[in-house]
Amino acid sequence: MIEIEIENLSKSFTLHNQGGAVIEVLRGAALDVAAGECVALTGASGSGKSTLMRMIWGNYRAGAGRLRVAGLDIAAAEPREIIALRRETLGYVSQFLRVVPRVPTREVVAEPLLALGTPRAQALARAEALLARLNIPRALWDLSPTTFSGGEQQRVNIARGFVHPYPVLLLDEPTASLDALNRETVLALIEEAKARGAAIVGIFHDTEARDRVADRIVDVTRFSPGAA
Amino acid sequence: MTETGQYNFAYLDEQTKRMIRRALLKALAVPGYQVPFASREMPMPYGWGTGGVQVTAACLVPDDTLKVIDQGADDTTNAVSIRKFFQRTAGVAVTERTDEASVIQTRHRIPETPLKAGQILVYQVPIPEPLRFLEPRETETRKMHALQEYGLMHVKLYEDIARHGNIATSYAYPVKVEGRYVMDPSPIPKFDNPKLGMDAIQLFGAGREQRIYALPPHSRVVSLDFEDHPFDPSRADHPCALCGATDTYLDEVITDDAGSRMFVCSDTDYCARRHEAAA
Amino acid sequence: MNEFSAKIRGRAAEGPLLRVEGIEKRYGARIGCTGVSFDLWPGEVMGIVGESGSGKSTLLSCLAGQMAPDAGRVLYRTRDEGLVDTAAMSEPRRRLLARTDWAFVHQNPRDGLRMGVSAGGNVGERLMAVGARHYGEIRASATEWLGRVEIAADRIDDRPRAFSGGMQQRLQIARNLVTGPRLVFMDEPTGGLDVSVQARLLDLLRGLVREMGLSAIVVTHDLAVVRLLADRLMVMRGGRVVEAGLTDQVLDDPQHAYTQLLVSSVLQA
Repeated sequence: MIEIEIENLSKSFTLHNQGGAVIEVLRGAALDVAAGECVALTGASGSGKSTLMRMIWGNYRAGAGRLRVAGLDIAAAEPREIIALRRETLGYVSQFLRVVPRVPTREVVAEPLLALGTPRAQALARAEALLARLNIPRALWDLSPTTFSGGEQQRVNIARGFVHPYPVLLLDEPTASLDALNRETVLALIEEAKARGAAIVGIFHDTEARDRVADRIVDVTRFSPGAA
Repeated sequence: MTETGQYNFAYLDEQTKRMIRRALLKALAVPGYQVPFASREMPMPYGWGTGGVQVTAACLVPDDTLKVIDQGADDTTNAVSIRKFFQRTAGVAVTERTDEASVIQTRHRIPETPLKAGQILVYQVPIPEPLRFLEPRETETRKMHALQEYGLMHVKLYEDIARHGNIATSYAYPVKVEGRYVMDPSPIPKFDNPKLGMDAIQLFGAGREQRIYALPPHSRVVSLDFEDHPFDPSRADHPCALCGATDTYLDEVITDDAGSRMFVCSDTDYCARRHEAAA
Repeated sequence: MNEFSAKIRGRAAEGPLLRVEGIEKRYGARIGCTGVSFDLWPGEVMGIVGESGSGKSTLLSCLAGQMAPDAGRVLYRTRDEGLVDTAAMSEPRRRLLARTDWAFVHQNPRDGLRMGVSAGGNVGERLMAVGARHYGEIRASATEWLGRVEIAADRIDDRPRAFSGGMQQRLQIARNLVTGPRLVFMDEPTGGLDVSVQARLLDLLRGLVREMGLSAIVVTHDLAVVRLLADRLMVMRGGRVVEAGLTDQVLDDPQHAYTQLLVSSVLQA
């Protein structure tokens, strides 16, 4: 079952306050991702990997073309449909942890489950299990992650992304800033997600990690404007 | 020329009496609703019973018998002044006996002797609006009455219980009339509230605030309360020192400089008669 | 799909909670706001951002029934009669709606509280206004709600005068939410509060909105507040909506020149 369908997708940015400069980032992008499959996006920095991912997430507005996630046409969808999609179906682990200040780590991680109406005790238990698995010390669970190290924040971010079994996952540099042990854990999480049928799109600068979990590699530079 | 020849009957001109009577009829037709009226300048300042006096003046006819009480007593300066005013301007008979009066003007008490059909009780009212202390805007309180938004009244009672453990309002205790309007029964002690459902007509006049309201006979009048803090009219712990009554509202009288006190019926007529009957 | 999202889907199946059509309000020749139309669905939070003079507060007043618009309609889905034009409603009905189904959180908590009444009385007032007559139960509800907005139960008899700004604002929220409204209007809910207090308040609001399945319209000039609270966003300028859409999309990929300017002007701490 194809979870992500992208066909002839384009994206450009118009900077009105810089004389209307138009920056074309993607042209004619195409990608299909099936359930249980992991596709790795590659390409030089600035080639549009994160842009494409953000478009799938609905964060960047799609230009021309076709973009469907789990059957929902992202470009035409109402905001509440995208929100519902993100709540239940589409997960996104970005490179940066963005949190409300002063919320404890375990609450940050449990949030996606709470948003789904999972009973509090259950949601927190699952969050704690993941935090333990990712080697975040128990002493930190009550603290806000805003003061954690880069690697710790990344692991909290990942925990939040995996706490709910999303059918579609977007992972932007999931293993950056991680040591070998934690990298292993994250890769195992990705493999488990695949095994339960999740469709995954990932950006991995770590080629070993990429080769381990990715079933296919798509070079985004193919979709740069001006590419042959 | 007799003194009464100098004034129109009961001081007010006929047009004014007509205006007040219209207001009274309207008030009786909508029990508890404050009817605005064109309060006149009276020969006493505002705050001294001008509302009550205007209502009485509009009601009196030559063969009425008038009683005037002030906190239950016929003999205070104000009661005496008002009684003399009507003797002079209307020439009506006056009495101190509740059962012989056809019109009774009162400040802040209901007589202990039960009133009968055919009698009129006129109350002097300082602030007619029960919600005034919580909501200072007249525009808002009018809307609240019109729309029956009385939650705020219960907030006041809630605050009393939270602060004092019980509803501390001891006089001017708000009531709901015929299940519709919330009314301030004037500063009578809450002890008197149960008497508000009576056989006589009750008229309320606020001169400074320019409002009249009324309770026709046998009106359904319920004192506001909470289910778990029901209305309690409260009783005195003592009998009257003069007549021995155990079911009247008592005044505390300090008898000497050493602080000795005695409790006597506030309704002087009632007490005197009991005293007579016992003798 | 679990019970919660089923509930949201179920409510959504009825249609939008609020339908706004072509709202316009003028002050003489000057435009307050014009041409505003949108649908608000159950459980959705809409942010309205703009700078001073953008028309956002005017719009909020029109939506909340405090001002009659010069053109356009505001239709609210009542519990028993479907979509009703709020301007055409009788005043008693509108006032009842304002006390039960709707809530309005003012920027300055003093505008939304009775300062001379205790915290418990403030929270209990709406309950008493709809007929609650048991002191013990009213007090218990008030205590529970004070707990939900993180005000200690032993402050229940204190007057709001004795509270800090953040506490007053939380009390205002409790007072508004106690009757379980479906639609909450908020005017700069964190304006005037210390930064540290804002964060806690926003998180509280977020939690309550989610728990209670509230719809909300939040007017603010602070982009951080909308990013946190709002699902969707309308950017206003000169009385007009210049851009609208999913919050993070409008903020991260602004299309309109003014939105781009607004977003790029935010100082990074």
